[in-house]
Amino acid sequence: MKNNFDAIIIGAGLNGLTTAAYLAKAGHRVLVLEARQALGGTAVTEELAPGVLCDTLVGNLTGFDPRIARELGLSGVEFIGADPSVHALQPDGAGLTLWRDVGKTAEGLRPFSARDADKWGAFVERVARVSGFMEALYAATPPRPNEVKSESLWTLGSLGLKLRGLGKTDLYEALRMLPIAIADWMDEWFENETLKGVLAAGGVTALMQGPLATGTTLNFMHRQVYGGGVIRPTRYVRGGIGKLADALANVVRARGGEIRQGERVVRITLKDDMATGVVLQNGEELAARRIGSSADPHTTFLDLVGAYELDAEFVRAVRTIKYRGANVKLNFLLDGLPTFHNTDPSLLRGTIAVNPTVTALERAYDDAKYGSVSENPYLEFTIPTLADSSRAPEGKHVMSAWLQYAPYTLKTGDWRPETERVREKALGILSRYAPGIESRVLESQVLTPCDLQETYHLREGCLTQGAVMLDQFFFMRPVPGWAQYQTPIANLYLCGGGAHPGGGVAGAAGRNAAREMGKG
Amino acid sequence: MLRHTPFHSRTAPLCEGQNWRRWAGYLAAGSYELTHEREYWAIRNAAALLDVTPLYKYVVQGPDAARVLNHIMTRDIAKCAVGQVMYTPWCDDDGKVLDDGTVHRRAEDLFFVTSADPNYLWFCENAQGMRVTIEDVSDATAALSLQGPNSRKILNRLAAGILDGLGYFRTTPMQLRELPTVISRTGYTGDLGYEIWTENQYAEPLWDALMQAGEDYGITPMGILALDVARIEAGLILIETDYTSARRARIEGQKSSPYEINLGWTVNLDKGNFIGKRALAQHKKRGSDWQFVGLDVDWVALENVYAQEGLHPAVAGPAWRQSTPVYADDKWVGYGSSGCWSPILKKYIVLAHIQAPYNEIGTNLNLEVTVEHKRKQAAATVVKTPFYDPARKKK
Repeated sequence: MKNNFDAIIIGAGLNGLTTAAYLAKAGHRVLVLEARQALGGTAVTEELAPGVLCDTLVGNLTGFDPRIARELGLSGVEFIGADPSVHALQPDGAGLTLWRDVGKTAEGLRPFSARDADKWGAFVERVARVSGFMEALYAATPPRPNEVKSESLWTLGSLGLKLRGLGKTDLYEALRMLPIAIADWMDEWFENETLKGVLAAGGVTALMQGPLATGTTLNFMHRQVYGGGVIRPTRYVRGGIGKLADALANVVRARGGEIRQGERVVRITLKDDMATGVVLQNGEELAARRIGSSADPHTTFLDLVGAYELDAEFVRAVRTIKYRGANVKLNFLLDGLPTFHNTDPSLLRGTIAVNPTVTALERAYDDAKYGSVSENPYLEFTIPTLADSSRAPEGKHVMSAWLQYAPYTLKTGDWRPETERVREKALGILSRYAPGIESRVLESQVLTPCDLQETYHLREGCLTQGAVMLDQFFFMRPVPGWAQYQTPIANLYLCGGGAHPGGGVAGAAGRNAAREMGKG
Repeated sequence: MLRHTPFHSRTAPLCEGQNWRRWAGYLAAGSYELTHEREYWAIRNAAALLDVTPLYKYVVQGPDAARVLNHIMTRDIAKCAVGQVMYTPWCDDDGKVLDDGTVHRRAEDLFFVTSADPNYLWFCENAQGMRVTIEDVSDATAALSLQGPNSRKILNRLAAGILDGLGYFRTTPMQLRELPTVISRTGYTGDLGYEIWTENQYAEPLWDALMQAGEDYGITPMGILALDVARIEAGLILIETDYTSARRARIEGQKSSPYEINLGWTVNLDKGNFIGKRALAQHKKRGSDWQFVGLDVDWVALENVYAQEGLHPAVAGPAWRQSTPVYADDKWVGYGSSGCWSPILKKYIVLAHIQAPYNEIGTNLNLEVTVEHKRKQAAATVVKTPFYDPARKKK
């Protein structure tokens, strides 16, 4: 073996790069190995057509801990907080809009429900307080429940509460609220079906669960963490989300770290239950004192380490992690901006939700539960070129849509014949609001859950390296007993979304993991 | 509803005392006669025939079969030659014994495994992603155990080949008359003996053939009561009697590592990773407080204890299986888990779990004996097992 590194990081997604950047900054000699050519993992910007930049998968960076940018001194990253954050299209043409400004949103809600409009401010405040509590939790290494004194969990909680001036009531409210089905939580607050629907859609984002499932409020709140108090925030990175990965990569390189792209790790080498290095697909062996894997737990433990080297119970736990991707991603290049029911284009700068209602979401889920793409899927899309004209030539627009639900495992067993059908289905739905939209499509890209797994290494098409569910949360992530970024293999750490606090909160797991890897 | 083994049509009419026991969901004869004694003596002096169909049996097959079993078992299965049988326990992650049984390598990539408890799910779970198929053949495989000094002669009468060359813990396919069987030189009696494995359809003719061929050699159908005495003499451990499977233990203290039950010799820490290895390495380093040892109870002391109540020692009969305290002076140092009067040794013997430092060979201890409802103690000495180990077992 050659090239002794202090740390090898597997995977150059935002978490892997964050870990690498923190370690490099602390003086460690770091090597990052990325199987793909592009950096960013799920936060990748690629060309949809020559001169057209598209955030292939995730384009909306809802949560990003501002400390990461500050601590690492990221440069060249400009966030665009879209306003409105969400606009919900309705069949009757009366769109419902969530603005960044609380009062403006409330006023907009008044024609739909005066009662809901009155409650909006209190709702925003409640979300902000609970997400504040969660932010403290997300930046912490989870305790081992069986090893800590009984108060520690509460101490940890109260630490966060103190820092943010929150009280016990907020903690109790968080504990009460997070396990609730988002549909029920919405009923506690609101009466308007579209408002409830657009918020409930946030509870099932990237999740193979309907809004009636328990714990979907957690998933909603997960997307509020580091969201700056904006409900269902939409945040772009100017020039594409890939700029964030570039900025992190620049920190790594500036601190003497090395990033090798197109280098797939096929095995983690062990000696006496300790990780010693990695083997690349080309057979090259590289040694390091520590290995941080931002690959998902299944890949890390069962493919790279191997079940043979691990305890049976641990293997069982890793095998039963639920991934269950729920989405197809569709990217379109349009030769002009479509008109949606005469909606003012200024309302389309954020996320556009297509007629969200709790009932429709649950019905859409019902089909997927039994292995089919939803008969009437839910669509949510963005037109980032409205907020960031640098991404495409003038007059052209990128439309980037998530279709839900699309199970990874189809009962027919084969995704290939579905791909074109899903594209037509999505355009069919959109054309009800924007007739003739099909004729505006210059390029289209359809990424099924299988594509997400094959091309982007997202197991079962899951965007968060394990579904964000209560039983896969905090000290139970990735598996109970191993939520401290360490693994049963000494010197091997998890630093990706498979670890606490999960995917979808850019860099949070990576930052926590770097802290643990830097110890001792 | 307890099930009948494929030998039931033969065993049932012979079971005069209707002394049936439960064994893994099957009806198993406790003894055929009213007492087990003649059946016991058949093991030691002639040949005894036991229906061991209730054992759980698995076929593990495929290019990774050895690798999978090596990952599950504590012994180094890679070293098991084709035609060899290995006795081995297997453990959970904490190195606590789940079960024990035999692994028979019938071909390079074909193994036959026996166990006391169901293990299908455990084996499958730990074989995921490996090129192997695991089949539970428990219900499809009939099995007989033929034990005793005459067992080889009886088999040679029936076998297409000669069994003289089949070594201890070796196995071979063998046609007995026209019946296809696999024979292993294994058993649970510490005597010369064989186990015969075949498909259910051949069960009845196999029984008939053996009984017929064994007539001149004193073949005697044997129940599990006689077996129990023989296996204690042989110092062989019995699950749920001498140790609690880690699957069934209700508290940590009820679980045992192989080192605590005299099975340390089966743990190979030099092979690759296997389930429980990390914990077992720690156990070994730490040493174990408990040892599974033999106790030879002093006959004169026992007589005295009974004489105090005007009785003679009442120790004949079947082996006992209840936890019985053992003391060093008045300090509790462990417990006997099974014991019996050994008819061949003329000794009262006990298999016991004893704490250090009282488990050294030759240590004088006291076994609790209840006589006329009163707890008393009889002197006993820690001895090596097996208590009885005839040279013919391995010859």
